[in-house]
Amino acid sequence: MTLDRSIKVLVVDDYKTMTRIIRNLLKQIDFHDADEAADGHEALAKLRSGSFGLVISDWNMAPMTGLDLLKEVRADARLKHLPFIMVTAESKTENVVAAKQAGVSNYIVKPFNAETLREKIEKVMAHA
Amino acid sequence: MPENSDISIAHLRGDLTATAASLLQELDSLGRIISTARAEVVALRAEGLDQSVIPSATDELAEIVSHTAQATHDILDACEQLEALQGVPPDKAETLMTATTRIYEACAFQDITGQRIAKVVTALQLIEARISKARACFVPDPTSSHQVEPAMSTVLLNGPQLPGNAISQSAIDALFD
Repeated sequence: MTLDRSIKVLVVDDYKTMTRIIRNLLKQIDFHDADEAADGHEALAKLRSGSFGLVISDWNMAPMTGLDLLKEVRADARLKHLPFIMVTAESKTENVVAAKQAGVSNYIVKPFNAETLREKIEKVMAHA
Repeated sequence: MPENSDISIAHLRGDLTATAASLLQELDSLGRIISTARAEVVALRAEGLDQSVIPSATDELAEIVSHTAQATHDILDACEQLEALQGVPPDKAETLMTATTRIYEACAFQDITGQRIAKVVTALQLIEARISKARACFVPDPTSSHQVEPAMSTVLLNGPQLPGNAISQSAIDALFD
């Protein structure tokens, strides 16, 4: 199966350094169309007004966390099937399970490398 | 508690039952513990632990986060300039890309260390608040309105886990397979 690398990716993180790193890594694995949001509210507004093929979101944000964003996305009729990858330093089993129950497509623990990012995107997009 | 309380207790012992004398002895010990604790709290005030030492330490940690963030952005700027180079021979271009990828991956340290430092700051603020409350109990200071409430959020996660407390990426992958 050929992966469509022309999809638009939304990177959500309240830490500017991290959005910049993820966007650069995406570029290096040939995903050149990316936008970013600094929190869940901004992300939701962009998702509802734009046409995105994938969300890569941090969990630990305020006031709307990545988990809250995921729940909003899954509750939205137009967005509910959107592939959603959670990228976070939080690696407690109960939180991973909570994210999975909320419908996350995959979960990456920070720090991660470009290969892990590519692998998870391919896996998620294969099931999209 | 008066210093001659042992003498007083010994003097009273003949008039008390064994249980009452034992209870009195316990109260005497408790009084000494409270007296010592009070002296320790007064010493904390003299050392300025809650009013200067801890706030200063949290400021220093905030500066570390700020400086490493700036340094990381500078590194990323340089990396993006390297990536934008034109006319690089293909074999060199591949080496360049591998190197810049490794730099991007390594720069994630700033996010992780920032979260770890934030956890330490929260812990320090909690200690600061507890010391302030203890001091207020023992040594009321009418001129001080300094009450620090730690920014503990129940909605946010705990951040990076220490090795041994964390679940690995491969264990997480198993949950999704």
